[in-house]
Amino acid sequence: MMHQNINVALIGNPNVGKTSVFNQLTGLNQQVGNYPGITVEKKIGFCKLPNNIKANILDLPGTYSLNASSMDESVVIELLLNKNDKLYPDVAVVVTDVENLKRNLLLYTQIKDLEIPTILVINMADRMESKGITLDIPYLEEKLKTKIALVSSRKGHGIEALKDLIVSYKTITHEPCLNSSVIDPEYFKNLQEAFPQQLVYKLWLVITQDVNFSNLDRNEIRSAFTKSHSELKRLQQKETIKRYQFINDVLKAGLKIDVSTATDFRAKLDNVLTHKFWGYFIFLAILFVIFQSIFSWSTIPMDFIDGTFAALSSWAAEELPSGILTDLLSQGIIPGIGGVIIFIPQIAFLFLFISILEESGYMSRVVFLMDKIMRRFGLSGKSVVPLISGTACAIPAIMATRNIENWKERLITILVTPFTTCSARLPVYAIIIALVIPNERVFGVLNMQGLSLMLLYLLGFGTAILSAYILNKILKLENKTYFVVEMPSYKLPLFKNVGINVVEKTKAFVVGAGKIILAISIILWFLASYGPGKDFNEAETIVKERFANTTLDETQFENEIASQKLENSYIGLMGRAIEPAIKPLGYDWKIGIAIISSFAAREVFVGTLATIYSVGNSDNEDTIKNKMAAEVHPETGEKVFNFASGISLMLFYAFAMQCASTLAITKKETNSWKWPVMQLVFMSIFAYLTALIAYQILK
Amino acid sequence: MRTTIHSLKKSEKAIIKDFDIDIIPLKLLEMGCLPGNTVELLQIAPFGDPLYLDVNGSHVAIRVETAKEIEVELIKITL
Repeated sequence: MMHQNINVALIGNPNVGKTSVFNQLTGLNQQVGNYPGITVEKKIGFCKLPNNIKANILDLPGTYSLNASSMDESVVIELLLNKNDKLYPDVAVVVTDVENLKRNLLLYTQIKDLEIPTILVINMADRMESKGITLDIPYLEEKLKTKIALVSSRKGHGIEALKDLIVSYKTITHEPCLNSSVIDPEYFKNLQEAFPQQLVYKLWLVITQDVNFSNLDRNEIRSAFTKSHSELKRLQQKETIKRYQFINDVLKAGLKIDVSTATDFRAKLDNVLTHKFWGYFIFLAILFVIFQSIFSWSTIPMDFIDGTFAALSSWAAEELPSGILTDLLSQGIIPGIGGVIIFIPQIAFLFLFISILEESGYMSRVVFLMDKIMRRFGLSGKSVVPLISGTACAIPAIMATRNIENWKERLITILVTPFTTCSARLPVYAIIIALVIPNERVFGVLNMQGLSLMLLYLLGFGTAILSAYILNKILKLENKTYFVVEMPSYKLPLFKNVGINVVEKTKAFVVGAGKIILAISIILWFLASYGPGKDFNEAETIVKERFANTTLDETQFENEIASQKLENSYIGLMGRAIEPAIKPLGYDWKIGIAIISSFAAREVFVGTLATIYSVGNSDNEDTIKNKMAAEVHPETGEKVFNFASGISLMLFYAFAMQCASTLAITKKETNSWKWPVMQLVFMSIFAYLTALIAYQILK
Repeated sequence: MRTTIHSLKKSEKAIIKDFDIDIIPLKLLEMGCLPGNTVELLQIAPFGDPLYLDVNGSHVAIRVETAKEIEVELIKITL
């Protein structure tokens, strides 16, 4: 038999274990990208099926129905309406949760109306016994006009049977399982007569949804068959009722629940986790554990990575034939890559905690708990998730605001999220805290450095919330509220799902940020290694003349030449040009260079200093931290990184908008340059002023 | 005074009667919030809002301002 490739689309409500099914089918054989032009995550995996068939499995974003209320949901409809899309499914697999079958089947009946062969997966079948559920599979298959796979994706049960069903997808009927046009027969009859080539349900979706529809002119359909918003909604309600009537009838005979055996684990846990005291106490305790552990657990691998790259640099400098390429490698590329790799432990820990909180179902309880409080600041309970994810990276966090239905609440969340302490700030904080905060304990238990970091996180959240409060007062926007949050049942997070999520997210971050950091460190190295004019090119003669009367040993002499060169290199000139502006904040021109280079991405700060100090110092053996600690002002002999300048720098990095990617995503999500420009201007001025005040008070 | 979801007490059950279709989001209808279905108030958030409901077997949280718009009829528990 010949090779055959088929497209399979995985569709389902959120929280039904769709991603688990996807991971079980494809393993690590997946690609994560974006849909063209938008930032919705596109996950494709590959799977070998029996009979030499290969399947491209597309994991579509979770959606409650084909009535899109967000960009993620629109993706699903656009794909299913466009037969010419190269990912258009040969077969759709609708994943449902046995405990929420009634609601999950709503989407299923809609997919069936599109006349795509559809397989029904009833997931979490391992919970049937404890919930007292029994299913009449042959009856359900007959009524729903499909084949059913009973799957327990957490345990991997039923996956082989599902693969067999996918292989024989051609035997599944295209026929819808109910006739939804009975809600307004005349209207739908006219619609069908006007466009006899098209499915009536497709036409209906084109009329009610704002989606691209390639084959037909939407305006043509709409102008002839338009109804008022209110009339359309009434029809959509009728359609929903009709579908539920059908589902109720089918489940009445096909599903039995013996309530007496059902356990009430969810209610007991809800009583504690949403309690007016224990709920908040547990939430704060979880946050505290996350931040303490990120700081203390990740220092070990981070110190190791830092040391390894320092050793690698000096090895390259000593062992490779000397020349420009070796210098570029040992002073530009290796420290640059080291500056990326060092992020991995902290980012991985953050993504680990966040995905555990989401997988377990706890995050929805936090939304429930925080909504009323957040609303006082013009935010939504759903803003908590972006604000927490913002501690990993503002980019996924801003994308996570999409499920906030209220535009004003969503916009404010987008605008203030960059204040939360993202992982790119961590290396900056980590190194400065290590330099200026004593490594001592207060009250015998709390580590001062850990405490400082926690304070910086609280400062980030505090500023975010305060600015939200101010924005809420200033912004005059129409404020139509609705808020609907599904409260999923509690689940033990699956190691495989969490693991894949952490690996994918970390990889995307390191590759994305890595390219920028590497490019910037190479450019920096060139700018720091070359300079215009006599002061740079005749550095050796100048130093010889200056120290004609003093005896210097060879190392001292070389260091003097190196710093003379750095000071007069291109980057040195740039740094010295902005020095007057940053001197009141307590920074010298070298820090100035780091601030200039980190305007595109703040994580470049440490790498820049690493490159600058490597170039300006013939001694390659030391770690970045020791080099920074040894740095003194040439005139005063005072340490460059002292308490006052350290605090000032941390405040600057806490508030400044130094992330080109965040600005780009804000533009994309708000569809206007107005908001990112406002973020940039406001945050930069605020950062400069607070750093200035802090330094002037503390110095 | 009409009875709405907002006037339910914790763990009380009711039948959904009627609401203004223009105010209630479609997503809530799709979750099963439709006339004739049962609703149970499971939890009330610490400051009295939002409300955590079991609607027709779906577990959802909605805000009080929405709950006030959904008229219900209390199911009397008869022993």
